[in-house]
Amino acid sequence: MKTLIRPALTLFVLLSVVTGLIYPALVTGLAKMAFPYQAAGSLITQGKVVVGSELIGQSFSGSSYFWSRPSATGPMPNNASASSGSNLGPTNSALVDAVKDRVATLRTAHPDQTGPIPADLVTTSASGLDPHISPAAAYYQINRIAKARGVEPENVKRLVDAYTEYPSWRIFGDSTVNVLKLNLALDAGGKV
Amino acid sequence: MNASPVVQMGLYLLALFMLAWPLGRYLTIVMDGSLSARFRCLGAIERGICRLIGTQPDEDMPWTRYALAIVLFNFVGLLAVYALQHFQGSLPLNPAGMANVEAGSAFNTAVSFVTNTNWQGYAGEATMSYLTQMLALTVQNFLSAATGMAVVVALIRGFTRRSAGGVGNAWLDISRATSYVLLPLSIVVACLLVSQGVIQNFDAYQDVKLTEPVTYQAPRNDANGKPVVDTAGKPVMDEITTNQQTIAMGPVASQEAIKMVGTNGGGFFNANSAHPFENPTGASNFLQMLSIFLIPAALCFMFGSMVGDMRQGVALIAVMTLIFIAMYSVVQWSEMHANPLLTQLGVDGTSGNMEGKETRFGITASSLFVTITTAASCGAVNAMHDSLLPLGGLIPTWLMQLGEVVFGGVGSGLYGMLIFAILAVFLAGLMIGRTPEYLGKKIESYEMKMVSIAILITPTLVLGGTAISVLAQGGLSSIFNPGVHGFSEVLYAFSSAANNNGSAFAGLNANTPFYNLALAVCMWLGRFVPIIAVLAIAGSLARKPRLAVSSGTMPTHGPLFVVLLVGSVIIVGALTYIPALALGPMVEHLQLFAR
Repeated sequence: MKTLIRPALTLFVLLSVVTGLIYPALVTGLAKMAFPYQAAGSLITQGKVVVGSELIGQSFSGSSYFWSRPSATGPMPNNASASSGSNLGPTNSALVDAVKDRVATLRTAHPDQTGPIPADLVTTSASGLDPHISPAAAYYQINRIAKARGVEPENVKRLVDAYTEYPSWRIFGDSTVNVLKLNLALDAGGKV
Repeated sequence: MNASPVVQMGLYLLALFMLAWPLGRYLTIVMDGSLSARFRCLGAIERGICRLIGTQPDEDMPWTRYALAIVLFNFVGLLAVYALQHFQGSLPLNPAGMANVEAGSAFNTAVSFVTNTNWQGYAGEATMSYLTQMLALTVQNFLSAATGMAVVVALIRGFTRRSAGGVGNAWLDISRATSYVLLPLSIVVACLLVSQGVIQNFDAYQDVKLTEPVTYQAPRNDANGKPVVDTAGKPVMDEITTNQQTIAMGPVASQEAIKMVGTNGGGFFNANSAHPFENPTGASNFLQMLSIFLIPAALCFMFGSMVGDMRQGVALIAVMTLIFIAMYSVVQWSEMHANPLLTQLGVDGTSGNMEGKETRFGITASSLFVTITTAASCGAVNAMHDSLLPLGGLIPTWLMQLGEVVFGGVGSGLYGMLIFAILAVFLAGLMIGRTPEYLGKKIESYEMKMVSIAILITPTLVLGGTAISVLAQGGLSSIFNPGVHGFSEVLYAFSSAANNNGSAFAGLNANTPFYNLALAVCMWLGRFVPIIAVLAIAGSLARKPRLAVSSGTMPTHGPLFVVLLVGSVIIVGALTYIPALALGPMVEHLQLFAR
């Protein structure tokens, strides 16, 4: 037993220094050299002001913006220092009630849309920070935004198409639209 | 358009095998010592390390000493992880000013990371300082994986050695696994992840100015931080409008890489691999899934090459792959369906069950991840398992309950599958009335006793723990979802802890004294009882001579054995757990769809 204690302690300290200090420091150095933008959080700046991260969703409720998916983080939606899903089970009445409210809000805001509502618009994401919606969810909102901004729906649609991102190598994952980037593009005048 | 699930899975398995084969060859020369024998500088460094830590490079430990070394080494880790959390408030690299972690939670987390479970009762970005994430949690991600590799190599030595007294040098095995395998792989994976958008910095949490202000309700707290309640006992809510969002930062990629490569699964953030900073794209998701199965698959090839018959390793991979494909199909099929309670309300049913899933992954990449993370003992999640449809949640629960042998954890998956292989040859031996043997070693009563212990300890913990929890107030009060789904939450928690997976039906509030303690006990026993049993088998087998293959030997590399082994795993898992699963997910499925 005694002859095991010294190796256990010293090997632990040695490997801790290598894997717990040197390794993260090395990766940080490599990351900052090769991918400084990504390593710092893919932050979007306007002038000197940071207005968000490409990867972190924000809440929108105004009629002239595309809306993100509902967020289950608390107390603020899209709270990027407390990521969380709803964890509501499929038979939980709280899930049904919440979706019912969201459906009603969407129906009121989009009187022209009579078909089924895209599922991602009324369900919360796993992280509560989903920066994307599906292209179908973006199309669903086009008429409202065109009306609020007094522009042709066709122009908004073209912008949505330009901001549609495809699965990695067109295989892995699903097609998405980045809500923050799309809204910033709308505010910037929507030039594609 | 999205490629079909078959294509995504097919490409995944293809890429996996293409990478695992050469890695398996490399693992062989690392772990049998021929790499450091071939390169003189590596040998010199190893001898230096041995001198520094006080061991002889050629020491050959009997299984008892090997086991003691493993347990002692992990116990040191337990103390270190606890201490770092306990004192993090006064330690550096804490820009968000995280307080010291409460004792019960710190203990649970320490056990969780030492046992390769990485169950998380805490929310990372709201609890842990950067130093704790690195020096406590990342370190254990490496060392618990290295422990698993050491144990499986010791077991393989039991098969390959003839009439030998020892099973290897635990210190050398751990150092080699960490420095030649886990570390270089993690550096590569971490850099690839950063290229996709995973963050890696030591910055303070970033405040950003929102494009549109947000108004929300928040409970009002008094001066002591306690929520204020009105006369009816309801919490008083304040309406708050803000134009600011605070984004958590940190050295994520370095932890993310080893979290996957070491099948650990403990996320930097609360939302784990669903968080866009941990897993930003379909490509990063694919890379993470590959990283989970990579070493477990490569170890099977290493096994084949170490025992001198590659077909033995391929047979085990075949068993794992067959079970995996079947399980994935069920999850995919389940999640492609929409929740009928929601389609009734006018929600589009064609995009499947999107509650608790990220848009960029969608149904297929989420379902694949769900299956992979629970087939392996990883436990990272890119979708919230609590919100899976009932059968979509049944499969991950059952995959964990099978004992984490379908690829499984790094090392633990293979030694778990070898335990089942011994059981399978024993069953075959009973059927044909011959003394069972596996790889030329006679399987006798001592081995079978140890096999029984290794197989029975986790069901005891899972079913016993679940039963106690649904009877005790401390267990019931943490349940989040009502009805049978609440039972599934508890069953999932104990299945995850005792089998060292670490994923959760996260609605369950597990950060309570009851669950912190109960799950910690399950994690510790679920890890080290099988490890000791496996090492006991290794020691016993190493002492035996290796019998020559004769006409009476049952081949353990052909389709017959593959079917026998699949049967053993499935039948043991089904007999043990179907009654419990019937009370949870199966009832819920009928409630949801039978009409």
